[in-house]
Amino acid sequence: MKKNTLTSSQKGLRPATKKNFVTYAMVIAFFVIFQTLSSTGNLKNTYRSLLVPICTSVIMAVSLNLVVGVLGELSLGHAGFMCVGAYAGSFFSVLMQDVITVTWIRFTLSFVVAAIAAAIAGILIGIPVLRLKGDYLAIVTLAFGEIIKSVVNVIYIGKDSSGLHIAMSSTGLNLDSDGVIILKGPQGITGTPKNSTFVIGFILVMITLIIANNLIDSRTGRAIMSIRDNRIAAESIGINVTRYKLMVFTIAAALAGCAGVLYSHNIAALTANTNNFGYNMSILVLVYVVLGGLGNIRGSVIAAAILYSLPELLRGLSDYRMLIYSIILIIMMIVNNGTFFVQLREKLSFKLKNKSKSSSDTGKEGV
Amino acid sequence: MKFLSQLISGISLGSIYSLIALGYTMVYGIAKMLNFAHGDVIMVGAFVVYTMCVTLNLSPILGVLIAIAFCTVLGMVIERLAYKPLRQATSLAVLITAIGVSYFLQNTALLIFGSDTKKFTSVVSISSVSLADGQLIISGETIVTIIVSVVIMVALSLFVNKSKPGKAMRAVSEDKGAAQLMGINVNAMIALTFAIGSGLAAIAGALLCSAYPALSPYTGAMPGIKAFVAAVFGGIGSIPGAMIGGILLGVIENLSKGYISSQLSDAIVFAVLIIVLLVRPTGILGKKINEKV
Amino acid sequence: MAALLETKNLGISFGGLHAVEDFNLTLQKGDLYGLIGPNGAGKTTVFNLLTGVYKPTTGTFFLDGKELKGKKPADISQEGIARTFQNIRLFKNLSVIDNVKVGLHNQMKYSTAVGIFRLLGYFKTEKLMNEKAMELLSVFELDENSDTLASNLPYGKQRKLEMARAVATNPKLLLLDEPAAGMNPNETKELMDTIRLVRDKFDLTVLVIEHDMNLVAGICENIMVLNFGTELAKGKTDEVLKNPEVIKAYLGN
Repeated sequence: MKKNTLTSSQKGLRPATKKNFVTYAMVIAFFVIFQTLSSTGNLKNTYRSLLVPICTSVIMAVSLNLVVGVLGELSLGHAGFMCVGAYAGSFFSVLMQDVITVTWIRFTLSFVVAAIAAAIAGILIGIPVLRLKGDYLAIVTLAFGEIIKSVVNVIYIGKDSSGLHIAMSSTGLNLDSDGVIILKGPQGITGTPKNSTFVIGFILVMITLIIANNLIDSRTGRAIMSIRDNRIAAESIGINVTRYKLMVFTIAAALAGCAGVLYSHNIAALTANTNNFGYNMSILVLVYVVLGGLGNIRGSVIAAAILYSLPELLRGLSDYRMLIYSIILIIMMIVNNGTFFVQLREKLSFKLKNKSKSSSDTGKEGV
Repeated sequence: MKFLSQLISGISLGSIYSLIALGYTMVYGIAKMLNFAHGDVIMVGAFVVYTMCVTLNLSPILGVLIAIAFCTVLGMVIERLAYKPLRQATSLAVLITAIGVSYFLQNTALLIFGSDTKKFTSVVSISSVSLADGQLIISGETIVTIIVSVVIMVALSLFVNKSKPGKAMRAVSEDKGAAQLMGINVNAMIALTFAIGSGLAAIAGALLCSAYPALSPYTGAMPGIKAFVAAVFGGIGSIPGAMIGGILLGVIENLSKGYISSQLSDAIVFAVLIIVLLVRPTGILGKKINEKV
Repeated sequence: MAALLETKNLGISFGGLHAVEDFNLTLQKGDLYGLIGPNGAGKTTVFNLLTGVYKPTTGTFFLDGKELKGKKPADISQEGIARTFQNIRLFKNLSVIDNVKVGLHNQMKYSTAVGIFRLLGYFKTEKLMNEKAMELLSVFELDENSDTLASNLPYGKQRKLEMARAVATNPKLLLLDEPAAGMNPNETKELMDTIRLVRDKFDLTVLVIEHDMNLVAGICENIMVLNFGTELAKGKTDEVLKNPEVIKAYLGN
């Protein structure tokens, strides 16, 4: 029985890698089909306008899954990081519109700026928050998300010949006569260039997926998952728990920040309210993650794409669509997790296992 | 005088948060779940009062009683249909289901009443009291809210600490398995908890909308979140904690509205919560849990 | 030769209750030492003190002459103390081989960026990690289960995997907390061979908590008996087990 020592983990293509490539292929196929339909004019406008937001939702879901599914900490403030990214990215784009005239350079830089800003927010919030556990961590992340949303609503930033001015009101800015206000408190930022396209959204989704999948399937990823599975055991074998928790939080925040840029460069006026950057959004993304499967990156992609589009596709049912959505959500949760259904599945899989065991397992126990 | 009047209305708002937080904390204590739909039960309660008193012209007291009865039954039905099948599921699965229930309640209200904001007529008919030569005016709503809340909190404390079902409820929240072995009907106790919590939410809804007379399907969401914060503030699972947390939250919110910035009052409330939790990671009256190695 | 582990009056109290008091133990390199005592005697607490889960309220301890008191569990692991747990603590949703590879975390390194961008170091180090992990797994006869989820392993193999993971951290001192709990006599016998083999192959010093006297008498050269948090007796295994005080502590009056 010694010949069997070469396991699949040692052969060229590992199962995890194969699984990841299926995900990439799926996303590429989706992109090719809809990009073709869209550029040949075969896609209705209402559907075409869904493509960039779908990419935003997918990036949000995948990045949140790193925190909730892979690290195992419940965060209810993920939209806060998207908010930071959206504002940082839009601010940069508006500020640099006349300075950097090459669109793709400016847009790329605004992603970089947003990712850094959101990552800094992630670190600042993560350091205190990650000392807490479970439901307490959840409520504090929710609180931080709400704080971010409230704060961007009272800040005014303007620019004139003497530089940037920050204040809590438009008159407090004391701008020169040539000055312009970029961030106008509750009115947010207007005039962000509409640079987001499906192509850029697709590229960003692919980058997010590659980062998430490669992270999970690496030394760092194993350390992160060991914290999720058993923190005390992870510490006992020398894993620095705080460091890895903070790392996941920061990476997820940076990705959410990029999603924010994609969002803010796809709308005319950027404002922060409960539905786009408040806890409602955070919770909506959490729903994608849970229904797609905790720790399951491909699941997050599919769930985010379908669940984002679902209310739009149900538009024919007008007023009933959100009601139907909520009923579907409840039923799915009960079918997936309810005691009755879980036991039913266990019974079925036990029967199947026994069948296959009796046919294939003979002679394996002879060690 | 301004400070005193801000403080009093803060206590009044805080008492409403306390009533809602009690529902959160009791349900958390007994079912270990974050019932995100709790805030929307407030909204349902307020709409029932609105229908009874404005549309059907019944007396306010009768309207509130019907709302309490309606929400009590609603709470038990929600528990039976949506949460009971998930008794053994992870807390995250239950949380998402609660979010589903929240969407359901909001959208049902949206279908029935529409999305426009209704003007709620106060259920309180006591006129306001003027003190110190008219410098300090306390509204009838404030007086009634504070009195009703105090009465309810005393009654609830007596019920939980002295009565047999109250003790059984506490036993279930300590240890479900042991409680069951002692002959306590765990399912009945959980249903009772939901019933009480939802009944309190109906009262909170009537009081909230009397003080702030605007009612829409989303009215319950933010007070719900704030009450949840209040419950965590006081130490989730602790009944006196919910009361203290709620009142503190209301006072902080009103004082920051009055003295700092009305736009930032929510942010300040949340910031105080974060600071409290960093100093006391399980809230003001929460129990410390040690993991056994 | 300097002692590998030396504890000096190590103790901890929880709210006035002395869980462990004046714990003095010296282990030489290569020792296979037993720590026994009735339930609640404070044996696991000693392990928690040595691995930094608890901070000692009195006394201190040294590994290879270096004071480790007050260090965090992760740092103590890097200094060379590894442990298993009484109630098995595996990384349930990771495969058997990945459990061991987490154990190799501080032995074979590459940065997070190298992992994300799949640079050369990733492939090189992962290959080495796989080889090392498989080598360890074959010592514990787990190599055929390398791709199984840890939670799907039978109980006895889960205990072995926990040991493999601990050994992967390349410790000087290995602490085993009731390794034979729940095993049948045959499995226990097999386990005794494994413990001896591991000690010799990896140059380890082993401190083991165990209730199974066959295992203790079978592999431990020396033992210490704890009762109510204090030392009752220590010395050669067969002599200590004959000590009337020890028999009384176990059997009562």
